[in-house]
Amino acid sequence: MKYIDEFRDTGIAAKILKLIEKEAKGLEPVSFMETCGTHTMAVERFGIRKTLPENVRLISGPGCPVCVTPKDYIDKAIALAEIDDIIIFSFGDMLKVPGTNSSLLKERPNGRVKIAYSALDAVEFAGKNKGKRVVFLGIGFETTAPTVAAAIRYAKKERLKNFFVYSGHKVMPPAMRLLAKDKLINIKGFLCPAHVSAVIGTKPYSEISERYNMPCVIAGFEPLDILQSILMLLRQARSKKAKVENQYNRVVKASGNIRALKIIEDVFSIKDSKWRGIGVIRKSGLALSGRYSNFDIEKNIDMPQVKTSIDKGCICGSVLKGVKTPKECRLFSKKCTPLNPQGACMVSSEGACAAYYKYRSGGK
Amino acid sequence: MKILKIEGDRANVSSGGVQRAIGINFLKNPKIGDYVIVHAGFAIEKLDTVKAEETLKLLEEIQ
Repeated sequence: MKYIDEFRDTGIAAKILKLIEKEAKGLEPVSFMETCGTHTMAVERFGIRKTLPENVRLISGPGCPVCVTPKDYIDKAIALAEIDDIIIFSFGDMLKVPGTNSSLLKERPNGRVKIAYSALDAVEFAGKNKGKRVVFLGIGFETTAPTVAAAIRYAKKERLKNFFVYSGHKVMPPAMRLLAKDKLINIKGFLCPAHVSAVIGTKPYSEISERYNMPCVIAGFEPLDILQSILMLLRQARSKKAKVENQYNRVVKASGNIRALKIIEDVFSIKDSKWRGIGVIRKSGLALSGRYSNFDIEKNIDMPQVKTSIDKGCICGSVLKGVKTPKECRLFSKKCTPLNPQGACMVSSEGACAAYYKYRSGGK
Repeated sequence: MKILKIEGDRANVSSGGVQRAIGINFLKNPKIGDYVIVHAGFAIEKLDTVKAEETLKLLEEIQ
């Protein structure tokens, strides 16, 4: 396909790898982190981790939206699905995530949980089924938030009274700031997310780069994009001068997508948010703003009370922070597999454990 | 994905023979033939083909 295949050229990849080796020679071991589920998948799929020199470690951060959604959110979504006139719409990969006693998938046979490709599917269904209350599970980062915001505005335009969003949306920069200053993880550079950056632009990373002297390179998804970005990070690390570079400038503009940013700002407001395995991160979540409270399920129903259990044995939290690799978990590929996931990182195809399991990385 | 048809804030796009309808609310001056990045039923940005060619040239000459 145009503008995809060209970025998979093996000859050029070999050339960049040689340059990476040259730059890495004699360098103290460095860890770079990607914080984007699609990067996690691409890194495993193309076997990039094992092609890198010994002293260059690539770790997967909390870039998978499903994986960072806290368990009590899942439990509440399941409890909502048990209410008679409520129909839940969700992106597909949320369905298998285990809650405390059940998963949305197990609730599906009663027809109350449906898969949406877009939030608009839920709006359309609500328009045709006025006797039902339709709740869309709003999960995702800045790439998904504007699409859900647009759906909410459609619902407002259509004057729908039976469409609601349960917002678990999150924003990435506060999590990156937290990880940047974590001495245990000791990241020496960020491979910044591609599509999140298409929306938010390069500016949010400037502050991270300056404040923590952290090299940041916005990277595309193809193997050459990722390799070139790693080379750029290494060159920054060598020069000891941190800055923000945009390798993916064919899509990401410095300003981001102003239309998408405006609709996020209109429909949502910033709140503190809990990340699975990490805890509450200040100002890292998006709630529906007051103007749209008619569509906020949390403002229109007494939310079910749930008792959420703590994950036993699952080290998803440490995996999400890049402190541990999936292989270091004693459940990995034994009790926990994609068919029988114990934690969120094994559920979504974008999760570090699932990607690791599927492509069996060298384990570096 | 490539835009084939535009109607208001909706467009038909195709990729590898697969066609689908998406929202183009977030695009500035979308045109037929534009390559777009699609996420959850919406185009989130256009792909700048000039910049793509520049990056490819840079990759070919990388040192």
